[in-house]
Amino acid sequence: MILLTRRATFSASHYYWNESWSAEKNERVFRRCANRNGHGHNYTLEVTVAGEPDPVTGFVVDLKWLKGVMEREVLAAYDHKHLNLDAPEFKHAIPTTENIAIATWKRLEPVVTAAGGARLSRIRVYETPEIFAEYRGPHEQVSVRGVKDRGEA
Amino acid sequence: MKAYFGRRYMLSASHRLHTPALTLEQNRLAYGKCNNEHGHGHNYFVEVLVGGAVDTETGMVVDLVALDETVRTRVLDRFDHANLNLDPLFADRVPTTENFCKTIFGLLRGALPAGELEHVRVEETENNFFECSARG
Repeated sequence: MILLTRRATFSASHYYWNESWSAEKNERVFRRCANRNGHGHNYTLEVTVAGEPDPVTGFVVDLKWLKGVMEREVLAAYDHKHLNLDAPEFKHAIPTTENIAIATWKRLEPVVTAAGGARLSRIRVYETPEIFAEYRGPHEQVSVRGVKDRGEA
Repeated sequence: MKAYFGRRYMLSASHRLHTPALTLEQNRLAYGKCNNEHGHGHNYFVEVLVGGAVDTETGMVVDLVALDETVRTRVLDRFDHANLNLDPLFADRVPTTENFCKTIFGLLRGALPAGELEHVRVEETENNFFECSARG
């Protein structure tokens, strides 16, 4: 099996705010990220697909096709947008880097799966060169001894 | 919902690859220029990947400031601008980046403010890096 990764960048603004908390708690937990006027990042997105090279083309997937899918499904929604205000998935979920990785998976997985070649393996989102989050799909469950599983089926 | 949060740190340290188990000549053969008697140094990049449930209230796997504090107190304060060979953890082990990576993994595992340590990756230069994961 081959893992193939395509990288793209997008620039977006966001803020962290939990509507069910007081302003004081939001500011204490999220600190600078709670500024309601927002702030922004140049994000780097890495999309990894897994599969076998096609016997004729030698491709796991056509990279040009993958680029188009990433542009249509993700960059069109996130690039030069305010994530809290412009992306419907963050109307009620906080656009942390973790949640952006999960939301990106949900946007891409049906399209990659429907194409029938490779499967989506991993989404990595860099908020800065030093901070990133990764999501490997809903099959991965959190298992902590003595703690009820919080993962989704 | 399980996800991973990653953070990269830099530390500058010196080391010398040399083991008393080998002769001087064998050390030179095994470690080459890394065996230089007076050591040498690197800017190491340490990547810490934490896996866990995304907290439904905060949207986070682990709080970045709390993670930074753990890594600072357990790893950066100890090794940044230090000679790795003189650290007690390397009294009986050669401070190769493989061993450095395992050492950092051991110092952080079980000490995280939330989640579980998925892997530690140590980049010694732009062209070589080492990974140590919970999977062994």
